[in-house]
Formats: sequence, structure tokens, C-alpha cells
Amino acid sequence: MRIPNWLALTLIIGAIFLGAVGAMWGAIEAVALAATLLPAPPEPFATIGVIVAKIGLIVFGFVMGLASLMTLFGDRKQSARIQNRLGPNQAQFFGQSLIGLPHFIADGIKMVLKEDVVPDDANKLLHTAAPALMLIPALVGWAAVPFMDYYCHAPSDPEAARMAIQASYPFEVCKTQTSNYFQIMHVNSGLLFAFAIVSIEVYGNAIAGWASNNKYSLLGGIRAAAQMISYEVSLGLSLAGILMIYGTLDFREMVVHQAELAWGWLPLWGVVVQPLAFFLFFLAGMAETKRAPFDLPEGESELVAGFFTEYSTMKFGVIQVADYAATVFLGGLTAVIFFGGWHVPFLYADGFYFGGLAGEPTLSLPYHLVVATRLVAMCFKIVVLVWLQFMLRWTLPRFRYDQVMMLGWKVLLPAALANLLITALIVSIF
Amino acid sequence: MGEVNVKTLEQRERTFLEQSYIPEIVKGLGVTVKHFFKNISPFEDERMTVTYNYPEEPTEYSDRYRGQHRLMVREDGQVRCVACMCCSTLCPADCIHIEAAEHDDPSIEKYPEVFVIDQLRCIDCGLCVEACPCDAIRMDSGEHVEAFGDRGKAFFDRDKLMELGGQSLAEQGGDHIPEHPS
Ligand code: SF4
Ligand code: SF4
Repeated sequence: MRIPNWLALTLIIGAIFLGAVGAMWGAIEAVALAATLLPAPPEPFATIGVIVAKIGLIVFGFVMGLASLMTLFGDRKQSARIQNRLGPNQAQFFGQSLIGLPHFIADGIKMVLKEDVVPDDANKLLHTAAPALMLIPALVGWAAVPFMDYYCHAPSDPEAARMAIQASYPFEVCKTQTSNYFQIMHVNSGLLFAFAIVSIEVYGNAIAGWASNNKYSLLGGIRAAAQMISYEVSLGLSLAGILMIYGTLDFREMVVHQAELAWGWLPLWGVVVQPLAFFLFFLAGMAETKRAPFDLPEGESELVAGFFTEYSTMKFGVIQVADYAATVFLGGLTAVIFFGGWHVPFLYADGFYFGGLAGEPTLSLPYHLVVATRLVAMCFKIVVLVWLQFMLRWTLPRFRYDQVMMLGWKVLLPAALANLLITALIVSIF
Repeated sequence: MGEVNVKTLEQRERTFLEQSYIPEIVKGLGVTVKHFFKNISPFEDERMTVTYNYPEEPTEYSDRYRGQHRLMVREDGQVRCVACMCCSTLCPADCIHIEAAEHDDPSIEKYPEVFVIDQLRCIDCGLCVEACPCDAIRMDSGEHVEAFGDRGKAFFDRDKLMELGGQSLAEQGGDHIPEHPS
């Protein structure tokens, strides 16, 4: 008997999801247990330790891991599947091609071992610093992105925990002590912070183009600067409507607001409240990451490779990873602002409520399992959004440069303004 | 002045929806997503992948594949070629070198004492096979020309070319028309 395709896919995805939830639950329980058994370290070390652990897990574990894996799975394997090819499968461990994973390691080794070429008369300092200037902003922005709500130090007894967290649905309030474990730092103007960091990235590109002492690079750098600055306008304006509705710049509060359900079943995520804004934000964000169909700064056909024409070895690798990290960051922002962040519909701190919030949960879950599920949901949303960007990248042919500018200034900007105006009217009337 | 036949083509105006690209992008996305999910399906026969894993799965050559040359032999094992020079004359790459010699058997007259094909110059056009009047040279061995690391090894001489040789069905010599089995 043959298992139907949809069933097999569902089983595989379900197995991955359950495995991840289980692993995270186990980790959270283990940490909680260790906290009760071991003596707490003295104060400055405890805080520093938590921050270092958060940075390590979120930025280097999740973001860099996903971004560098995307160099293989996103651009080479996924594109191959779309185009009915197999993609790289010749690098092997013990005769196993492991869906191309060894290629990823082989590429890294190759990049590190290659000769580092700096062109004559290039500004050595800036030429070397530019890749870092590109990668760092793509990573720093994660400081403000919350992966989960504050962790509530509830008593382990389920009934008491329920009393401690349930307070007033749908906005969960923790009556005991809370810790900010899943966001690197709490910025109450997180959105402004993220935007400030994103717009710094353009310096890296412009400097890379300028410092290479190459006309192609210079043109690429100028294009990158022009394109990123143009699209930043619509990127910001498309979110103004969201700001009016949520009335906050704090990512955490934005996500908390998205827990509400309309008519008891429709989660009021940003994408439901502001569909046009989502579309504009995603489009402008894709242009901001400078990947196809907006990869004009690279422009293979006319500019060789644009601003990174003169880069080799791991410098080139870092520029590539910076691009992918920006893609992941856009995925993260979109997940937080438009897709309800860590929220899973109907899931509250003590389980699933399918039939309204009154009474007992339909499916009771321990708090740690809920936290694990929410973390996995957040990561899952980011992965799906990154996947969608790659899908679009392999679907659309690239724009001509004047079309990119036309789209930015003549289509996205007026649309964002119109969206803002209509939202303002609706918000002020109701 | 004759009349010029002008065919006017109807240019369809793009509708607003098409101009806005959004439905078209969604359609395109639908196609790529369909391909993506079909091709990662766990069932081989649902995939649309067309890639051959070449060295692991050898491809089958068609019957007309032009492989390495071979020189056919007579019933008694001698070379069938009569050194008529047709092939070397026609060869566009000028890569067949033949030195004819007189044969002891008066009914055969000539045979190639030296018959060398320079595989580095051969373009595998198959014209030598077409030119041969007595079915003495063929390219139907279905084998690759082997790789050589030394240029001198690229000159395939008569004996090497005869190693692959077989007997032809065609009868040689005389003036009678051979009875072809088909
Ligand atoms: S295949 Fe063509 S090029 Fe090669 S020997 Fe025959 S005639 Fe010459
Ligand atoms: S191989 Fe055929 S064409 Fe060439 S010299 Fe011999 S008999 Fe003539």
C-alpha cells in the first residue's frame, strides 16, 4: 500500500515539530531544575551569563545557523528543486550525500583556504572592514526581537501556576517574578532600534564599493545606497499604520496585542489587520536585502558582481552571509509584526482553548511545554518567511534599475501613504 | 509598385490587475511552489526531476551513437580495408593517415600497411564510415574513445583499431551483387 503524498509530508513535518518541541521542553525543564538545585551565582555574573547565553543561542545559534545553512539549502537546493534539478550532491560523508550538507562544510573550508586578494591602490583598511560593517548590523538588530514573552517563574504545581499566570486573558499577566529570557534586551522603542540598525547596513555596501578601487564596485555601491535609501522610506511608512493600531514601538507589546481573536476564531495578527501594509513591508524589505528580483547592486550582467566584485576568500563569504542574515532578519521582523510572533492560535499559558476562554482549557498543557511550543512556533514562522523570500527570489525575474526606482517611489510610497491615511481615518473614527 | 501585404496584429491591452503584477506574481509563485513540493516528495515517481546521476547511473546510447572507430576484418582475420583512400580524402579533420601496400593475394591488390587515426583531431563526424565503399571502417562499437595522458597514445594504429573489429555481412570483392539478409 502506498502512503499518499500529503500524509507523508504531514507526518514528516509533524515529527520535526514534535521533536523540536520535546527538545526545547526538555532543555527548559533541565534549566529550571538546575536553577533549583544549584546555588545562584553572584549578581553581575548571573546577568552577564544570561545575556551571553541569549546572544549565543539567538544570534550565533539560530540566526547565523539559519543564514549560513540558507547559502546551501535556500539558494542551491531549493532552487534546484524548483527547476527540476537535484542540486549539489557530490560532496559526501562516507558515501552519504546527506541532502548536500557536506557541500556547506566544503564551501567553508574552500573559502578559508583561498588566496586573499586586495586590489592595488584599494584602501586596505576599509576594504577589510566593509564585510564586517555589512554583517554586524544584520545581527545587532536581533537584540530587540522577542522570541517569547517574559518567562514567568510560576510555582511548579499546575493549579497554582494556573492562578499565577492566568490573571486576565487574553493578555497574560504573570503574578510572580518574570525574567526576560527570550529577548536579548528589552528596548521599549524596539522598532526604531531595528530600523536604525537596518539603515546602517547601507554604509557597509557603499564602503565596500568605494574601497575596492574598481568602477564596477563603485557603481554597485552607489546603486546599493540609492536602492536601500529609497526603499527605507516605504519600509518605514508601511509600518506607520501598524503603529497607530497597536500604539507602541515595543515589539513585545505588539505581539501581545496580536493574541486577540476576532469572533472567537480569527487571530488578529498584523497581516489580518493590515494586509496591504504587510505586502508593502515585505516587498520593501526584500528590496532592502538586495536579493533577486531586486539584486541590482550585484547586477551580474552589467556590473560583474557589483560592490563585491573585488572580494575573495571569507570576506566574500561574510558578504554573502550578511545578505542571508538580512533575509532572516526581515523574516524575524515580519513574524513579530505581522504574524503574531510566538502566538499559536488558541494556545494560552495553560493549554488550548478551542471554545472560547471561559472555563477549563480544551487541552491542558504544562507551562514549560507551552513555552517550548511558542518558541518553536516563532522559529517556524521565521523559517517559513525566509523560505517564502527564497521562493519569490527564484520565481521572479529581476527588475531593470529604473523599474526598481519607479516601483519604490511611484508605487510603494503612494500605496504606503494611502494605507496610512485610511488607517488614520479608521482609527480616529472608531 | 506591388501591394504590400501588411498583417496587423491585435495588441491586447493589459488589464489593471495584470499591470499591478500582484495576481501574476501569485500565479508564478504557485507554479514554483508546486514544483518545489512535488520534487521533495518522498515518492520517487511523483517527482519531476530530470537529472541523470551520470557516473552512477550510466545513460544508454542510441544505436546511432558514434563511438570509437573499428576496422572490420575478413573471414581469415585480415583487415578488410583495401586502402582506397576514400575515407582519408573525405575526412574533414584530415586525421586518417594511410600507407597502402601491395597484397600478396592478387584478388585483393592493396591493403593498408599503416592506418592511423589521430583521435585528438577526429571530430567524430562519421564521414569516413559513409565514404568507405567496402564497409571496412565503422563507428558502431558503442564505446568511448579512451582517455590518454600522453599525446602519442592518441594515434590509434591499425592493429588497435582492428581489436574491436568484427566481420561484415557484406560480401567483398567480385562483381556480383551481395544478397543482403534484410
Ligand atoms: S569521424 Fe570524421 S573526423 Fe573522424 S576520422 Fe572519420 S571522417 Fe575523420
Ligand atoms: S577504410 Fe574504407 S574508405 Fe578508408 S581506405 Fe579503407 S577501404 Fe577505403
